[in-house]
Amino acid sequence: MLILDCPWCGTRDQSEFHCHGEAHIARPTDTEKMDDKAWGEYVFFRTNPKGIHYERWTHDHGCKRWFNAVRNTATDEFLAFYKPGEKAPAVGSDQ
Amino acid sequence: MSRYSIVSLLRNSLSYHQNWQRAWRSPEPKKRYKIIIVGGGGHGLATAYYLAKECGITDVAVIEKGWLGGGNTGRNTTIVRSNYLWDESAAIYDHAMDLWKGLSQELNYNVMYSPRGVLHLAHSVSDMQEIWRRGNAIHHNNIASEFLDPEQVKGMVPFMQMEGRYPVMGALLQKAGGTARHDAVAWGYARAASALGVDIIQETEVTGFDIKNGEVQGVRTSRGDIACERVGVVAAGHSSVVAEMAGLRLPLESFPLQALVSEPIKPVVDTVIMSNGVHAYISQSDKGELVIGASSDAYNSYSQRGSFDIIEDTLQAICELYPQFSRMRMLRQWGGIVDVTVDRSPIISKTDVKNLFFNCGWGTGGFKCTPGSGHVFAHSLAKGEMHPIAAPFSIDRFHSGALVDEGAASAVAH
Ligand SMILES: Cc1cc2nc3c(=O)[nH]c(=O)nc-3n(C[C@H](O)[C@H](O)[C@H](O)COP(=O)(O)OP(=O)(O)OC[C@H]3O[C@@H](n4cnc5c(N)ncnc54)[C@H](O)[C@@H]3O)c2cc1C
Ligand SMILES: [Zn+2]
Repeated sequence: MLILDCPWCGTRDQSEFHCHGEAHIARPTDTEKMDDKAWGEYVFFRTNPKGIHYERWTHDHGCKRWFNAVRNTATDEFLAFYKPGEKAPAVGSDQ
Repeated sequence: MSRYSIVSLLRNSLSYHQNWQRAWRSPEPKKRYKIIIVGGGGHGLATAYYLAKECGITDVAVIEKGWLGGGNTGRNTTIVRSNYLWDESAAIYDHAMDLWKGLSQELNYNVMYSPRGVLHLAHSVSDMQEIWRRGNAIHHNNIASEFLDPEQVKGMVPFMQMEGRYPVMGALLQKAGGTARHDAVAWGYARAASALGVDIIQETEVTGFDIKNGEVQGVRTSRGDIACERVGVVAAGHSSVVAEMAGLRLPLESFPLQALVSEPIKPVVDTVIMSNGVHAYISQSDKGELVIGASSDAYNSYSQRGSFDIIEDTLQAICELYPQFSRMRMLRQWGGIVDVTVDRSPIISKTDVKNLFFNCGWGTGGFKCTPGSGHVFAHSLAKGEMHPIAAPFSIDRFHSGALVDEGAASAVAH
C-alpha cells in the first residue's frame, strides 16, 4: 500500500486517495485552430514513463482537494507532493 | 524437431526422460532479419509462428529481454472468452476462439484449452441490464451464449452463496469460454515457430531503433544492432517505454494488475465465475488451486507489485460468494503490468515511423486473444497493410474518435 502526504491533511493511506493520471497537461488555448490529430493527442495520449511521473491525486476520503505528486513509477517511491498552482519541483533523474 | 506423441513419450521413458530434445533453439542473433518482433510473450511468439506458418516468412527473430512468457503471459489468470459487446471486438476475439479450438493439435503442444464455460454473474438490476444488452448484442455476432436464471446458476455452481450481500439475479454463460495454460501457450508457439526457422533470442533487451528518413532500419539491443526491414513491437506493459525509443507517444497508461492462488483443494468450481458487480473472478486450476483476480491498481506503475487494498477488496468479494473459502490460505500473489487504453480495446497499428508496427493495449484481457492477435498481426506485418480484422484497432481511432468502447464488458480485469 502506498502512503501519501496530502499537502493539506498530512500522511494517509493510499486507499483514501484517487489518482487522476499525468499532471500538467494544459488545456490548449487555440482550440478553434486545432485539428483532430492535436485534439486526440491532448485527450488520449500520455507520457506513461517508467521513472519520474508527475501526477494528480484527490484526497477523496479526506479534504477532497486536488494536489500533485511526483513518483518514481519503477519503484513506487514518492519524491514530492505539492499544491495545484505551485511550480513542479525538480527531482533527481530517474534512479 | 521430433513430434510429441505416445510413441515419443514411451521412447523417452526408457531413458528416464533425460534425452528430450530442447523445445526451441537458442541461436546467436544474426546481423539482419526480414522481420523483428520485440517481445517474447504469447502475442509476439504467436505473431512469429503465423508469419512462418501462414505467410511463408521464416527470416524472423523474436527478441525478448527476459525469458519467454515472463511478462503478462505467465502472470495472467488465463480466462478465455469472446463475449464482447462491439462487432469489431467480436470479430477478433471470436477469431481467437476458433483458433483456440484446434491449437493443441496444430502446435503439437498441449495448451490445455478447457472450454469449461465462463459465467458472468448479475447482482442488481443494472447488472441484469448489462448482461441482457451484451448477451443480445453478441447473439447478432453469432457468439453462442445463454442467459441463466438463479436456479440454473445454482445448478451449475451449487456451492456458491446465492443470497446475501451480493444476491445472484442471473448470469450470462459462454460455454466455449474457459481457460488455457498460459506457459504452454508461449512454449507451444515458441517451439512451433523455432521448428519453422524463427530465431528466438532471450535475455536480449531492445534499447533503441535505427530510424532513417522516418523509416525503421533495425533495432539496437543489449547484444548489438540488428538490421531488419520491418519491426512489430509486442511489449505489453512496456509499450510506451519502447515507443519512446522511437520518439512516439501512445494512448496508453501502465497499471499493476494482481492475481493470487490458493492452496490446492478438491474440485469445487468447475467453471469460471466472474462478476463485474463485485469486481472479482475465480476459477480452479487442474492442480486444485483457486485462481483469483480482480481489478487493476488505479495509478501508473511499472513496479509489478500492486497494493494490498486491492487484494483485500478482491478476497472480500470472493468470500461473500464463497464464505467457505474464508479459512483458505493463499499460496502466491503476484503482479503484472498492463497497458490500458481508454476504450479498453487493443492497438494493432502502423505508426508514424514507416515499417514500425505496434500490437499493444491489450491491458487486462489480452491472453484470450493470443492466437487471434498473433494471426492478424502476422498477416499485417507480412503485407505491410493491416488485416481487415485488425484495421479497426488502428491508433488513428484516438484521433478520429471512432473508439471501440469495451469499458462495460471489461469492468473487471480478465
Ligand atoms: C494478473 C493478470 C491477470 C490477467 N488475466 C487475464 C485473463 O484472465 N484473461 C485474459 O485474456 N487476459 C488476462 N490478462 C492480460 C494478459 O495477460 C495480457 O493482455 C497478455 O498477456 C498480453 O500479451 P503479451 O504477449 O503482449 O504480453 P507479455 O507476456 O507481457 O509480453 C511482452 C513481452 O515484451 C517483453 N519486452 C518488453 N520490453 C522489451 C524490450 N525493450 N526488449 C525486449 N523485450 C521486451 C517483456 O519482457 C514481455 O515478455 C491478465 C494480466 C495480468 C497481469
Ligand atoms: Zn487531504
